[in-house]
Amino acid sequence: MQNTNYRDNPDILSRQSLNKNASEDISEKIVATILFACALVSVLTTFGIVVIIFQETFSFFQEVSFAQFFLDTKWTPLFADRHFGVWPLINGTLLTTAIAMAVAIPLGLSSAIYLSEYAQPQVAAILRPAVELLAGIPTVVYGYFALLFLTPLLRNLMPLEIFNALSAGLMMGIMITPTVGSISLDAIKAVPRSLREGAYALGITKLETIFKVVLPAALSGIIASIILGISRAVGETMTVLIAAGQQPRLTINFMESVETMTAYMAQISGGDSPRGSLNFKTLYAVGAVLFILTLALNIVSHWVANRFKEKYE
Amino acid sequence: MSTSYQPDDSLDSSAEFTDNVESRETLGKVFEVLFLLGLLIGLFVLALLLFDIFRDGLGRFLSPGFLTETPSRFPDQGGIRPAIISSVLLGSVVILVTVPIGVGAALYLEEYAPKAWWTAIIEINISNLAGVPSIVYGLLGLGVFNYLLGFGPALISGALTLSLLSLPVIIVAAREAIRAVPDSLRNASYGLGVTKWKTISSHVLPYAVPGILTGVIISVSRAIGDAASLIVVGAVGFLTFNPGLFQRFMALPIQIYSYITRPEPGFASAAAATIIALLILILLLNGIAIYIRQRFSIS
Amino acid sequence: MIIATTINACSSSEEKKSQVSIDGAAVGFPISLAVAEEYGKVKPEAKVSVASSGTGGGFSKFCNGDIDIAGASRTIRDEEIKKCKSKNIQFVELPIALDGIAVIANRQNNFVKCLTIKELGKIWGGESDGKILRWNQVNPKFPNENLKLYAPSSDTGTFDYMTQAVTGKAKNGRTDYTATQNQNLLVQGVAGDATALGYVGISYYIQNQEKLNLVAVESPTGKCEKPVPVDNVIKNIYTPLSRPLFIYVSKKSLDTKPAVKEFVDFYLENSWKWVDSVGYVALPDEAYVKVIRKFASGETGTKFKKAKPGEPITNFI
Repeated sequence: MQNTNYRDNPDILSRQSLNKNASEDISEKIVATILFACALVSVLTTFGIVVIIFQETFSFFQEVSFAQFFLDTKWTPLFADRHFGVWPLINGTLLTTAIAMAVAIPLGLSSAIYLSEYAQPQVAAILRPAVELLAGIPTVVYGYFALLFLTPLLRNLMPLEIFNALSAGLMMGIMITPTVGSISLDAIKAVPRSLREGAYALGITKLETIFKVVLPAALSGIIASIILGISRAVGETMTVLIAAGQQPRLTINFMESVETMTAYMAQISGGDSPRGSLNFKTLYAVGAVLFILTLALNIVSHWVANRFKEKYE
Repeated sequence: MSTSYQPDDSLDSSAEFTDNVESRETLGKVFEVLFLLGLLIGLFVLALLLFDIFRDGLGRFLSPGFLTETPSRFPDQGGIRPAIISSVLLGSVVILVTVPIGVGAALYLEEYAPKAWWTAIIEINISNLAGVPSIVYGLLGLGVFNYLLGFGPALISGALTLSLLSLPVIIVAAREAIRAVPDSLRNASYGLGVTKWKTISSHVLPYAVPGILTGVIISVSRAIGDAASLIVVGAVGFLTFNPGLFQRFMALPIQIYSYITRPEPGFASAAAATIIALLILILLLNGIAIYIRQRFSIS
Repeated sequence: MIIATTINACSSSEEKKSQVSIDGAAVGFPISLAVAEEYGKVKPEAKVSVASSGTGGGFSKFCNGDIDIAGASRTIRDEEIKKCKSKNIQFVELPIALDGIAVIANRQNNFVKCLTIKELGKIWGGESDGKILRWNQVNPKFPNENLKLYAPSSDTGTFDYMTQAVTGKAKNGRTDYTATQNQNLLVQGVAGDATALGYVGISYYIQNQEKLNLVAVESPTGKCEKPVPVDNVIKNIYTPLSRPLFIYVSKKSLDTKPAVKEFVDFYLENSWKWVDSVGYVALPDEAYVKVIRKFASGETGTKFKKAKPGEPITNFI
């Protein structure tokens, strides 16, 4: 990678001030300011998200106590008997995510291992983009496929409800496979050949090398990819909205319908609750939980990737 | 295979060393097949999905008027023209907004930013934003564009929301592309007395174009396929006209979702046909990008 | 082409005036769709947008001044009236069609032919949450089998209306059932499950008659009635599960946008032609006459608020 970073090298920076033409200097400053403003947009975005979500959430908690939100086990804000326990929604999210990862981790890792250790380069050059395609398909398509193809198919095998966590989870898993696979592949490829060849020299088979040398070396990247995959699954909306259902429930029975945080948010946005009402504020309260959860996952993912990265030199 | 040495008497000879190479190699072959299977399952599902969609939707997609007419309440009549126009408009605005801002931000971070605490904050910000779910961007768009700026549930609100959604990925891709341009180029330019901005615009950027384009395409493809944020911002399910910037709008993914939820059975085919339209649009985008990349790429 | 469209897109206030925006209930959405589509054939330059955010979502946007017409499968609530007032939005309440709520069971179900309102209240009411789980708990004559329930989700007007009709209190419903806004999927659920019971808008039943058994509902006269033939809904024989569908038109829009008035005129005069084909029931003829007259007079405010489920609608126009 590049070794000269202008921020670290003052000589190069000072060379700039040798600009003789004063007007060029000013235009340089203007350009720099404009570019800085562009970079600032991202900060403003985060700021905007935080302010908007937490403003309404704060207003929500004026009417609903923390205890109600975090300790109650029913989520029925739209019924006459109102409960605001958020756990059923979190449960829905976690259940579908768990199913998704049960698919994405084996498939993603298998793909990564095969593409890096076994496949011929020409074959890999075709197969890798093909797997990446899975990530490029719009998520509403996965929802369509889960509801209209997968659920009827699976209903022949087990007593599934029309909306269920399983179909949605399985399709999310397929969708996230490239995320896990791609980052893991990069991590595995980054393991130097010397490590593998040392292992072979010691008489270890290829399989054992993979499990005992390569994968442990690439572990931080693999774990980071898994955590990132989890974050994607948690934040996914359309697949679960279409196929998993709108019935908030505390259950691990994946054959039943559940509602995820994201599906609830979509339901409320597209639905019946007037803006400014308590029901509408639930949108932001749930949004806050979702935002914090994905933020935490992303931060942990980066931390794992950097902290435990193997230094090969 | 037999061992080529005799076990030492001084060692504990209750454990005999057998190298078992054959069984280990067999196990290795088994796993090789398993790994290949894992890879192929994903591809198989992809093929199945595409096959199912084409089977359900191709007939309806090719029916006359599907791409040129406005929607109808009858599943086998009418078309999705307003949705197509909407999605094209949305995509265009996203490109027009995100490319300058995204490349600008990337340039700042790579070429201008000093190693200060605020630079680190900007960078952490961007990598976090890349992982925020699109529905949360919808909430942001609702608050800022619909209400605060008063645009209401119009196309511009949707487009700007999608732009914010796409920005982080473009910035990251642009940074990689700019970083990959060799320093020798920059140094040569400065050595000749060229100013910084001229160096960047005439020498660095052209080399970074392919990488930047890749990021733009991935981002915009994701934006065009996104429905969650648009649901929150207020896309409608039925339009009789081609929407303008400040009017109510639709989008192809919303049209698909809308068709899936209609009772008459024929709408499933219409949904599949709309999916085909969306996939073709995404493919076209990618194709144009690849073409531009080949054309303008400097090797 | 993109440039031309974009230039076209910078809409002047002139253009904004010719837009008509409707939003509201998913029930009744097909009617507005049909009218918008046919209107487009008569007036190709018309710009009508139809969304279905649900009755409450529609009112929310309506009372905020964002849309011209709100479609509703129930009457406007007091909070909504207050909000409209605070934004100076007056409305004209116009019934445009009738809907029946059909109680459906699986084709193989041969024991449930008629249910009383009391039984329906027992099945669907909030107190039954987690308790009424088997058919014989509803009526000892029914077999001791699992009771699997399918119904619209709690944020729909249909749910509001049903719970009001069978328990006396809106939204007083149990929470442990398979809920969705997509009534097509409710049909699929009941059709695929021998122990199932559900309720859907009548159009969804009519579309899928071969897959379902229709359960009669005992009316206040003591007779078991069904929503088909649809005459039963028109003549208010199938009661209390017949209900009117409305559009609420903003007076402000009427005064400032001639396009809205033209569209609503077209709606009131022609919608009866297409209502049946999209699965709803046309109003009785006298009602249409009265509605058109009311619209011409521009009378604002709601009269239907006082109506109870089951009363004839011509009283309230």
